[in-house]
Amino acid sequence: CCFFTNFTVSLYFCFQVRQYVVQVVFSVTFAFSCTMFELIIFEILGALSSTSRYFHWKLNLYVILLVLIFVVPFYIGYFVVSNIRLLHRQRLLFACMVWFTFMYFFWKLGDPFPILSPKHGILSIEQLISRVGVIGVTLMALLSGFGAVNCPYTYMSYFLRNVTESDILALERRLLQTMDMIVSKKKRIAMTRRQMYQRGEDQNKQTGFWGMIKSVTSTQTGSENLSLIQQEVDALEELSRQLFLETVDLQGTKERIEYSKTFQGKYFNFLGYFFSIYCVWKIFMVKFWSQHISFILVGIIIVTSIRGLLITLTKFFYAISSSKSSNVIVLVLAQIMGMYFVSSVLLMRMSMPLEYRSIVTEVLGELQFNFYHRWFDVIFLVSALSSILFLYLAHKQAPEKHMTL
Amino acid sequence: MASLDRVKVLVLGDSGVGKSSLVHLICQNQVLGNPSWTVGCSVDVRVQDYKEGTPEEKTFYIELWDVGGSVGSASSIKSTRAVFYNSVNGIILVHDLTNKKSSQNLYRWSMEALNKDSSPTGVIVSNGDYDREQFVESTVPLLLIGTKFDQIPENKRSDVLTRTAFLSEDFNAEEINLDCTNPRYFAAGTSNAVKLSRFFDKTLSGKIGHSSTIFHRTGKRY
Repeated sequence: CCFFTNFTVSLYFCFQVRQYVVQVVFSVTFAFSCTMFELIIFEILGALSSTSRYFHWKLNLYVILLVLIFVVPFYIGYFVVSNIRLLHRQRLLFACMVWFTFMYFFWKLGDPFPILSPKHGILSIEQLISRVGVIGVTLMALLSGFGAVNCPYTYMSYFLRNVTESDILALERRLLQTMDMIVSKKKRIAMTRRQMYQRGEDQNKQTGFWGMIKSVTSTQTGSENLSLIQQEVDALEELSRQLFLETVDLQGTKERIEYSKTFQGKYFNFLGYFFSIYCVWKIFMVKFWSQHISFILVGIIIVTSIRGLLITLTKFFYAISSSKSSNVIVLVLAQIMGMYFVSSVLLMRMSMPLEYRSIVTEVLGELQFNFYHRWFDVIFLVSALSSILFLYLAHKQAPEKHMTL
Repeated sequence: MASLDRVKVLVLGDSGVGKSSLVHLICQNQVLGNPSWTVGCSVDVRVQDYKEGTPEEKTFYIELWDVGGSVGSASSIKSTRAVFYNSVNGIILVHDLTNKKSSQNLYRWSMEALNKDSSPTGVIVSNGDYDREQFVESTVPLLLIGTKFDQIPENKRSDVLTRTAFLSEDFNAEEINLDCTNPRYFAAGTSNAVKLSRFFDKTLSGKIGHSSTIFHRTGKRY
């Protein structure tokens, strides 16, 4: 029942994608990922009988692995290959080749990591999950590291640069001036083209040797001028885009400042301090002093990070979609999302109270969970530190940019 | 030859409907080879002969401002976009014939451009909140263009055309349905080219203020 609601929600997501197959694949991935979380909640609440829960876990896991390892990469390869015009005829063949390359690297991924004991077969669940888990855990650690640093930075008023109305107005004036310059240059181009066209018509009437020489020389200087002006126009258009984005950025900062002065803003500001302290603690300490509290907090962090992930994914999707690549992008997003969800289940086991860990261990087989926890912590640390560095550099650079106005 | 006054026409619509291709087709008479996402606003210029064929013929430059984005954008993007909406002489509303939502969003686009946007939170305003009375007072000429006409199967065409006819009645605007990758839709002498020229003449006459082409909007369809 929950499966179908998730399915319809995710179908609504994809109204922009043309191909039916891509819609279905994305919805299936999303639906099964959400069902996994629901199963964890059922596990804790004790809803349904344990045998049916076990059955649903196994079913869910098989389907997700099938989709993530076989279906999605194959379709990604297929759509990428369809976009390349040279290989268009033998699409299926090249898509299969891409898929086999993917499987080869996927398999090789398992070798350097001490993931499993040698007594398991080749196509067992443990082998596949372990590899999916490694990729997903890396991704999750990268994202949470960045999120842990970025979240306090964005919402805490300490970091908000002081933006005044006059700054924004000055930028807007520059933007409009740039647009005016683009317009005047385009008018010159249009006028020159029209003159060339009219003169070209007159030239056609002139025959003979001198007529030919005249036409060649005049159009040459005309088109040289044109290409010069066109280059200036291209540079100005790039400048206008940058100014537009800077103005959007300033407006966003100003709105955030205003928001922080309201009650809701102050409440979230306090939460931001609280979470930043927790994230710092998590960066530098390894042991938790209370399983239950940490489980709730990790649950909240995961829920907000999933929400943030979905929002960022949709924004990203809008930003880079075009008619050609939207299929590929949606499939890549489905792949990332599926891996993210599978590995968050793996990691949640770390924070779950002992009594609930049993079913997860039972279903997922004998994986070396400690390895995943350590791997997550390492990547989290690396990601957090590098995002601190990155944000520090960006923060330092921004005030200098605005001082030149 | 060129008027010193500026004539500005906005091209509005959801992202991906084909505004950039349309503007390129109108201004350069060529199909746009590599359409890409428009960041901010891109401008192009069309040379228009006002009152062509008459002794009062004059050449004007019409600036087509193609504003990118969607109606559900963040409010910071919307307030930045608003700087492009100053002193507008005409608006071209573009929607995708294969996407009903883009047609519905045109109500919000027109409200946003005429500074009458009443719901800044990004919730799609339903048809019932749209008030025709507000458009009666406005003197800005509108033109409705539907794109991707070639992607509609033959049997669905009459439904789509009925829907766009209702739209054009709501906006009190002429409508053109075309495919931006085919230049023959605007070939000289076609009804589309005539409608386009008529729209530009309306914008120019609104700017110049010729009494002979005063454009009555009151008491038309009530």
